[in-house]
Amino acid sequence: MELFTNQILAGISTGAIYACLALAVVMIYQAIDHLNFAQGEMAMFSTFISWQLMQWGIPYWVAFVLTIAFSFAGGIAIERILFKPLAKAPILTNVAGFIALFSIINSSAGLIWDFTIKQYPTPFGSAPFLGSQLISTHQAGMIGVTLLLLLALYFFFQYTRVGLAMRAAASLPESARLVGINTSWMIALGWGMAAAIGAIAGILIAPVVFLEPNMMLGTLIYGFAAAVLGGLTSPFGAVIGGFLVGIFENLAGTYIPYAGNELKLPIALALIVSILVVKPAGLFGRHIVKRV
Amino acid sequence: MSAVEDVATQTAAVEAVPKRAMTLGTGTSLVVLTLLLVVPLFVKNFIIFQMTMLLIYGVAVLALNILTGGSGQFSLGQSAFYAIGAYTSAILMEQYDVNYALTLPVAGLVCFGAGFLFGQPALRLSGVYLALATFALATAMPQLLKLGYFEKWTGGVQGLVVTKPDAPFGLHMSQDVWLYYFTLVITVAIYVFSVNLLRSRSGRAFMAIRDNEIAASAMGVNVALYKTLAFGVSAGITGVAGGLGAIAVQFVAPDSYTIQFAIALFLGMVVGGVGWLPGSFIGSAFIIFVPNIAENISKGLSGAVFGVLLFLVIFLLPHGARQIATVGQQLLGRLRR
Repeated sequence: MELFTNQILAGISTGAIYACLALAVVMIYQAIDHLNFAQGEMAMFSTFISWQLMQWGIPYWVAFVLTIAFSFAGGIAIERILFKPLAKAPILTNVAGFIALFSIINSSAGLIWDFTIKQYPTPFGSAPFLGSQLISTHQAGMIGVTLLLLLALYFFFQYTRVGLAMRAAASLPESARLVGINTSWMIALGWGMAAAIGAIAGILIAPVVFLEPNMMLGTLIYGFAAAVLGGLTSPFGAVIGGFLVGIFENLAGTYIPYAGNELKLPIALALIVSILVVKPAGLFGRHIVKRV
Repeated sequence: MSAVEDVATQTAAVEAVPKRAMTLGTGTSLVVLTLLLVVPLFVKNFIIFQMTMLLIYGVAVLALNILTGGSGQFSLGQSAFYAIGAYTSAILMEQYDVNYALTLPVAGLVCFGAGFLFGQPALRLSGVYLALATFALATAMPQLLKLGYFEKWTGGVQGLVVTKPDAPFGLHMSQDVWLYYFTLVITVAIYVFSVNLLRSRSGRAFMAIRDNEIAASAMGVNVALYKTLAFGVSAGITGVAGGLGAIAVQFVAPDSYTIQFAIALFLGMVVGGVGWLPGSFIGSAFIIFVPNIAENISKGLSGAVFGVLLFLVIFLLPHGARQIATVGQQLLGRLRR
C-alpha cells in the first residue's frame, strides 16, 4: 500500500510538468483550433533565453518577467509573420507549418546554445516537501504555480472584456466579427498568451529535466496526451489530465511486468486512447453536436 | 463556457477534391512512365537506389493519401504499418526462406488485417483525437518490436539483415537495377489499383464520408464499414511499401520506424497535395532529397534550413504540388483553344 501511495505522489509531481504544458496547449487550441506541435520548442527557446539572462547576471525573478514578456511578443510575432498568411490554407498545411517551425527553433537553439545539458536554478529549493522524499519543494512549488495560473486564466476568461472577446472569436468567428471584435488580433493574442504560459512551463520544468534543446521532446507528448485526455476545450480538464497522465505513467511502470521505462509511454497512451473511445471529447471537454 | 451543448456546422477537415482532379491525364502518365523506365539505363547505381527509395516512399505516401485525401481520416501511425510490412517480409525471407516476391502480398494482407482492426476503435475518434491514437500506435511500435518475447523472430534491438535478390531468368542486370524495375512494376500496379479504387463505388463512399459524414450516412453509406476499410486498404498498401523497403535497404531494425518517419510521410503528403495521387511521388522526392540539400547548405543549421524550405513550399503552394499541375493544365487548355 505504501508503494502505491508513494507512486501516486511521484505521479502527481511529474504530472505537474505535463499539466503546465497541457495548459499552454489548450490555450492555443482555444485560440486557433489547431494543436501546435512547435509549442514545446517555443517553451524550450524561452527557457534558454531566461537562462542566458541569468548568465548575464540578471536576478531570477527579473529574468522570469523579462522572459515572459519576450515570449508573449515572440508568440505574437510568429503568428503575424508565419501563420497569418496561412490562415486560409488547408488545416493540414498549417500542421506542416508547425512541423517546420519545430525544426527551425530546435536547430537554431542547438546552434546558439549547443546540445550540452545545463543545470537550471529553482527558486523553491530542492529539499523534501513536508518530509516526503518523493515530492521536493520545487515540485510542490510547480504544482502551486500551475494552480495559480489556472485560477488567473479562469478569471481572465470569465471576467474581463478581452477574455470574453477571445472566447467569442474562438467559438463563432463570423458573429464575433459582426459585433466588432477584431478576431484576427484575438488569434495573435492567443498565440502570445500560449507562448507566455509555455515559457512559465519551461522555466518550471527545466530544473527537473535539465536544460537542452531536446528537453521538451519527451514531455510535450505527455502534454498533448494530457490536454486531449482532459478535453481540448477545458483548461481545468488539461490540468487534471496532466496529473492523471503522470499517475498512469508511474503506476504502469511499477505494476505492469516487463513495462519498465521503455513501455511506460505506449502503455499510458494506450490507456488514454481507451478512455477516448469511451469519452470521445475527453474527460471534461464539451461534446459538440454536429449537423449537416 | 456554457453548459448548453455547442452545435457546429460540420466542416470537412480535408478539402473536397473532385475525382477527376485526383489523377494525371493519360498523356502525362505515359511520359512519366517512359522517363521512369529509361532513366535508370543511364545513371549510376547510387542514383538508381535513390529512385527505388523514391518509389517506395511514394507508395507509402500514396497509401496515406488514400486515407486522408480519400476518406478524410488523419493518421500519424503509418510508420507502424510500414514496420509491420517490413518485418513480415524480412522474417519470411530470412527465417522461412520464402521467395522475396511472395512475401509482399503476405505483408500487404497482414497489414490490411492490422489496419482494419485498428480502424475499429479509431471509428469513434476524429480529427486531433484520431491523430493522437495513431500517434500512440507509432510510438509504441519500435518498443513492441524490441520486446524480448518476440526476439526469436525479430532479432530484438539488432534487427534482421535481409539478402538482396539477384535478377532472375539470367538477365544481365545488377541487383540494384533489377530491384528498381521490380519496384517500378509493383508501384505502377498499386497506383493503377488506387486510381481505380477511388473511381469505384467504394471510392465514392470514401469521398462522401470525407466531405460530410452525416450526409453520407443519410445517403445510405455504411460509414463504419468504409472508414475501417479505408484504414485497412491504406495500411495494406503501406505494408507492401514496407516489405519493398526492407528488401531495398537490406536491413530492418526497430529504430528505423519511429514517429519521425510517420511525420515525414505526412509532410510528403502535404507537399505533394492532399488528395492528388501523383503528388505522392513529388512529396516523396521532397522528404528524400530536401533534408540532404539542407545538410549541404549548412551542417549545424540543417534543421532550420529544412524548416525554412518547408515554409517556402507551403507559402508558395498551400495546396501542394497539385497547384502547379492545375495551373499547368489550365495553360495547356488555353494553348489548345
